[in-house]
Amino acid sequence: MQAFILRNVVQRLVLVFIVSILAHSVIHLAPGEPSEVDPANPRMKPEDVAKIREAFHLDAPLYMQYAYWVRDLASGELKSFKDSQPVLGKIWRRFLNSLPLFICATLLVWTLAFPTGIQAAIHRGAVYDRTTTFAAYTLISVPGFFLSYIVILWVVDLFGVPVIGLKTFGMDMAPPLFQTMDRVWHLVIPSLMSALGGMAILSRYVRSQMLEVVGQDYVRTARAKGAEETVVIYRHALRNALLPFVTMFGFLLPGLIGGSVIFEQIFAWPGLGRLGYEAILARDFPVILTLNFIAAVLTLAGTLLSDILYAVVDPRIRTGLQGDG
Amino acid sequence: MSEAKDLTDDPNQSAEELPPSETPWQESLRLFRKDRLAVVGAYVLVLLLFAAVFGKVLTEWVVVFDPEVVRLPEKFLPPLTFSSPDEVPAHDRPFGGIYLLGTDELGRDVFARMLQGSFVSLSIGFIAVGISLAIGILLGGLSGFYGNVRFGVVTVDTLIMRFTDVMLCFPTFFLILTVVALLPPSIYNIMIVIGLTSWMGTARFVRAEFLALRKQDFVVAATSVGARDRRVIFAHMVPNAIAPVLVSATIGVATAILTESGLSFLGFGVQPPYATWGNILADGKGFIFDAPWLFFIPGMAILVVVLAFNLVGEGLREALNPKLRRR
Repeated sequence: MQAFILRNVVQRLVLVFIVSILAHSVIHLAPGEPSEVDPANPRMKPEDVAKIREAFHLDAPLYMQYAYWVRDLASGELKSFKDSQPVLGKIWRRFLNSLPLFICATLLVWTLAFPTGIQAAIHRGAVYDRTTTFAAYTLISVPGFFLSYIVILWVVDLFGVPVIGLKTFGMDMAPPLFQTMDRVWHLVIPSLMSALGGMAILSRYVRSQMLEVVGQDYVRTARAKGAEETVVIYRHALRNALLPFVTMFGFLLPGLIGGSVIFEQIFAWPGLGRLGYEAILARDFPVILTLNFIAAVLTLAGTLLSDILYAVVDPRIRTGLQGDG
Repeated sequence: MSEAKDLTDDPNQSAEELPPSETPWQESLRLFRKDRLAVVGAYVLVLLLFAAVFGKVLTEWVVVFDPEVVRLPEKFLPPLTFSSPDEVPAHDRPFGGIYLLGTDELGRDVFARMLQGSFVSLSIGFIAVGISLAIGILLGGLSGFYGNVRFGVVTVDTLIMRFTDVMLCFPTFFLILTVVALLPPSIYNIMIVIGLTSWMGTARFVRAEFLALRKQDFVVAATSVGARDRRVIFAHMVPNAIAPVLVSATIGVATAILTESGLSFLGFGVQPPYATWGNILADGKGFIFDAPWLFFIPGMAILVVVLAFNLVGEGLREALNPKLRRR
């Protein structure tokens, strides 16, 4: 088991290295530089451009730029091109903003997708199954911002609650209860909207996984020995159907950055996705790079975690590993 | 098992004389037809294909619907409004004098723009998927067939699959956004970037299919009678691995169209003068109160078309999957 973990960690460290090189070269090989963001500005003289290029090591060869980036990132002194703030601090603050949104959305996805998918599998072909199937496909197919705009209009019209931004401006003096209510209202709609897509996809997986398991011999055996239907479904079938979902945890974490760009933009939510979008607009290389890199590291960490969990949960893999030595 | 034995042991008819009741494709088609949603989706896609071809012909080659004529006196007209002859000169009037889907903030005919956009949106989907399939099949096939060939310390399989893992690490949409934003704005860049960042799934399952197929009797037989690698791969293995590729291609087109609309929303989509459904929708969101049709028409169009692609893809998955057939 330890050898298995060690091998996986080493493999992933190699991948992290390759990922960082790739991320770095993608950004630097593409045309467009921080010094060219505002070419029409009359106050930008060639000397200024040269000064900017000098300050950000843009004249250095690529491998040196990579070395500078790694050195600064490791020592925590990496500075944003845009405002010279430390990149890691910036990302950390935005991460704290994104976190509640991410947690709410994830909770919504996992708590709603499972019952929906299981029920659909049990009632295969019935009205419930067909309705949820169609609804799931509709949610997968709708452009996120199109649906969000409609929902925003509807919710604001109907309930008159604020939905845009982190909190209502000027609420700092309000009693704590009102402030909390305000924050909650601002959180509900964005997390619901960013959860819908994942919910649709996950419920489909749950359904097909359950269908697979329900046809197995041990489920038939459980029925044959006279177990109640709920026991058959939730103890015999569901437990086995759950196994593959352990691996899906690995793909949860990177959603923190990549999946949220559009929704954070719609709801003016000052999170990680929006930070990335602003950085791209400003050609703020250190921020873009570091975000991509962190996302990749999170993915790798996630897959590592799910590989280990899988080995822990699934006895077939666990014994296989022990056999390996 | 015993039933099958009885059939072949039947003295009156040997197994060779029994013609198969239907070819695999016929069987798949029959199964596909049973899925009503998928069939409706297929009809929508056929309609869309016609719309795209007519759109290309009628807006660019024989200009019947001109998407670029600006008629400022007639801006923000709701759908099915007639153009008034007093305000617009005769050569600028829309076909039949009627705005089927209204006009936008510059008085351009939304119907003409949607027609033009149907071709552009669809070609973005097809070309992006074409690129991603080409890379995915090539890398997946290489790694599945020549996986054991060694370059020094690493095998081809390790090299390709680790590269695939690396690409899977990046958050796709953010990567696409980064590259598209840094490159000069061009419709081709968008197609290429979407294609280059979405081949990993295809590569992985083509590899899996190839690994499974290599051990099958018919492939071993073909190799042992001396067929060249090229013939084994293209005549024997690819046709047997094509079913899941087809499914993922269908769903890939849907995803590409959605990605393009997302990029348009962030301002990095296809730039004017090209109209795509994505950028008509993104432009329309500013007029959601004054001219809701500018928002709802492209939005619903994208929804319906992407839904159709997804349903057809799912229908194909069920119909082409031999494991699911007997249920």
